[in-house]
Amino acid sequence: METIFFLIITLVAIISAILVVTCKNPINSALSLIMTFFCLATYYVMLDAPFMAAVQVMVYAGAIMVLMVFTIMLLNIRVDASKKHSHKLIIGSIMGFFTLLDLGYVIVKSRAALPTGPFSGDMIKQLGHTELIGREIFTSFLLPFEITSILLLTAIVGAVILAKKKI
Amino acid sequence: MFDKVWLIPLFPLIGFLINGLFGKKIKNEAIIGAIGTLMIFLSFLVSCGILMQMIGLPAEQRVFEKVLFPWIHSGNFKADMAFLVDPLSVIMIMVVTGVGSLIHLYSIGYMHGEEGFYRFFAYLNLFCMSMLLLVLGSNMLVMFIGWEGVGLCSYLLIGYYFHKKSAGDAAKKAFVMNRVGDFGFLIGLFTLYWWFGSNHNIWTINFVEIKAASHLLPYSGVVTVATLCFFVGATGKSAQIPLFTWLPDAMEGPTPVSALIHAATMVTAGVYMIGRMSFVFVKSPETMMVIAVVGAATAIFAATIGTAQNDIKRVLAYSTVSQLGYMFLAMGVGAFSAGIFHLMTHAFFKACLFLGSGSVIHSMHHALHKIHSNDDAQDMRNMGGLRKAMPITFLTFLVSTIAISGIPGFSGFFSKDEILWQSFSNPYHGNLNILLWVIGALAACLTAFYMFRLVFMTFFGECRINPKAKSYLHESPLVITIPLMVLGALAAVGGYLGMPKLMGMLPNYFEHWLEPVFELANEYGSTYAYHGAHPSHALEWGLMGLSVVIALVGIGIAFTMYVKNTELPGKFVATFPTLHRAVYNKWYVDEIYDYLFVNPCKALGQFLWKGFDVLVIDGVVNGVANVVMGFSGIFRYMQSGYIFNYALSMALGVVVMLSYYLFK
Amino acid sequence: MENLNSYLIVSAVLFSIGTIGVLTRKNAIVIFMCIELMLNAVNLTFVAFSRYLGNLDGQIFVFFIMTVAAAEAAVGLALIIAFFNNKDSIDVTDVNLMKW
Repeated sequence: METIFFLIITLVAIISAILVVTCKNPINSALSLIMTFFCLATYYVMLDAPFMAAVQVMVYAGAIMVLMVFTIMLLNIRVDASKKHSHKLIIGSIMGFFTLLDLGYVIVKSRAALPTGPFSGDMIKQLGHTELIGREIFTSFLLPFEITSILLLTAIVGAVILAKKKI
Repeated sequence: MFDKVWLIPLFPLIGFLINGLFGKKIKNEAIIGAIGTLMIFLSFLVSCGILMQMIGLPAEQRVFEKVLFPWIHSGNFKADMAFLVDPLSVIMIMVVTGVGSLIHLYSIGYMHGEEGFYRFFAYLNLFCMSMLLLVLGSNMLVMFIGWEGVGLCSYLLIGYYFHKKSAGDAAKKAFVMNRVGDFGFLIGLFTLYWWFGSNHNIWTINFVEIKAASHLLPYSGVVTVATLCFFVGATGKSAQIPLFTWLPDAMEGPTPVSALIHAATMVTAGVYMIGRMSFVFVKSPETMMVIAVVGAATAIFAATIGTAQNDIKRVLAYSTVSQLGYMFLAMGVGAFSAGIFHLMTHAFFKACLFLGSGSVIHSMHHALHKIHSNDDAQDMRNMGGLRKAMPITFLTFLVSTIAISGIPGFSGFFSKDEILWQSFSNPYHGNLNILLWVIGALAACLTAFYMFRLVFMTFFGECRINPKAKSYLHESPLVITIPLMVLGALAAVGGYLGMPKLMGMLPNYFEHWLEPVFELANEYGSTYAYHGAHPSHALEWGLMGLSVVIALVGIGIAFTMYVKNTELPGKFVATFPTLHRAVYNKWYVDEIYDYLFVNPCKALGQFLWKGFDVLVIDGVVNGVANVVMGFSGIFRYMQSGYIFNYALSMALGVVVMLSYYLFK
Repeated sequence: MENLNSYLIVSAVLFSIGTIGVLTRKNAIVIFMCIELMLNAVNLTFVAFSRYLGNLDGQIFVFFIMTVAAAEAAVGLALIIAFFNNKDSIDVTDVNLMKW
């Protein structure tokens, strides 16, 4: 049952990913990307990471993609009509294929040693994923967490500067 | 007190740094001059302290080496920043700091109102520091720093009025000629170092160590090569034939510079260097002979040129060259202490003469400036009868002139007569001695002649200056006349330190003082010296009388020609026009050098520029540039400017590298 | 509950598709979205490993990657707007000043 569900999700994810690349209208691309994000959120749930799934939906599908769609509509970009760079398509595809080949080779050939850490699926279910993540972030990863706030601040300032009329 | 010796060069260095760095900000001439003078005067006080202590010590304890810090230690090679205090260096530091202090004081008055006043004092202090390093250095490398430093300061100070082309040219000439000499110095240093190291495994350049090992040196052979190279260095620095032409040109510098550098101290560095290494030089009879002959030749050669010059400073410059020749003659005949003695007395009277001439020029310049005349303030033909206007300058100048002419009772007589006697009676050069004596005596006659010609033309007779300017002539201020008086007094009485034994009134303090320094040299010399009958006292008295008579003859000729019968010089020129022209043009030495060395060098330079540099060097450089340009013409098409091309190549690189590691 | 490899393969496929998109598309916003796709493929790998290794560090990493993506979106979109204001286009072929 779960395998069939996994396969369906995978099919949807890959098809929508291909649509992201192939759609001529950026709006369609954006919607396909949101679809892919939802598929990934599903995977996260299947991997016993419900908090990550929630964040995925809220941050990616909710915030980032809304910003993108908003930008696309603001700029009123028309359909990507011209096809001048057809040779680029072939080269890019070959490159992508070889990337896939390399990655597949790694996955098939390599074997992870799998040293089991303290967080088993049962434990996560018992204590709750959010609480575990929260403990990790606010203890071991407190400093990086604080630094991300500075990163976001910098990004805000950068965006404001860039949005000014004259650069 | 001995271990405070490092203070001596330190004070002028401090003065140099203060005036050099902040002089432009200070602006106040009194402060700048006071700093410069005070610093060298402090050095003088320290030197006095060292002298006093040394007098109190027995002769064996008078050598002291102060190691300031290790400087270069590399394998066998070892050179420390170290100072050597011994009777010889003490005399030198006394002369340098003593005369130096007076000349600094004088400069405050003389340089008053000049542009770049602070620059002058900074250079002067730097010079004093270098000169003190030169005389105090306990190894050849420290000495060489001083040697180069004084050359640099000489260059800077000759070119002090750098906006004048002639001053710049003179500075360059002095520097280049000194470089030739420095080259010889270095080669000599290397030869000695290499010989000691390779033959006896004594890798040293320290004077004390070389002295201790000097018994290993052979007579002649390699020592001749090394000492001749050192002598080339000495001829460059001390303006001897063949490298003497820079010194007269160096008179382009301000007069105090001429007095300090080009009369009293720097030019005597070569004499000092030979004295310092006398135990090496004396091991080569050939070199000794070369030194004696070159010294005698320079003495007479420069003296003849001096007789026909009209520029007051040029006369003094040729006189300096001639007197330096005397010192080398003394060194060459093994009369080291007489040479150093003459160095000291010469420092007194020649510094006094230069400063006196400076005082005259100062006054003349002022007077001519007042009436807006373009007459040359240094030309003696514009002077005459100045003794009434400038009594102090006149008196001190006269005393120094008498001293340099060798009139008994004044310092020059004692030192010069000692040299003449030694050149006659020395046991080294056999029959050459008589020739050396005759040349020396002739040069003494000429010296007396041209010096009194100078005095008569400047201070006696009709005043030939523009009549309107006459009323503006006046005596120089006290700051100028005090050094003159001190130096004049020293020129008069300084000789009693080294009175000949023959006269017997006073012991020869000077020779006795330097005896430990030159003891070893005399010992080496005696192994090949000619042992004949010792010349009698009667002969010595006779020769002394003869040299006095010769000097008086010179003075008499000058008196006849320039005071009693003033048409005589004109008649003389009319009778021997060729001779006069040759002498007036300095025997055409400069022209000959131009023809032999300067022009071929220029031609070679032209060839290297037009032929080698433009075609070969530039060709290679431009060729490389052209090749790069050609290749970049091809490769620049890789830079399309499109982002996706860059992304593509990056991805390609990642994929290829990943594939290589995965599938290899 | 699938095994690790299936997740990794899905992730690899998504990543390659994203790469192809970045290399072939000309629309700056689409390229931007493809980059997001690649980032998400990596996120999937992180979460899968985290789960199978029983260690939450990977998920924390995903959290940080999301932060970076948010910052990137803010600045990147601002850049695209600025570019559009200048050139009236968001076609990357118009961004060709970076050459000889």
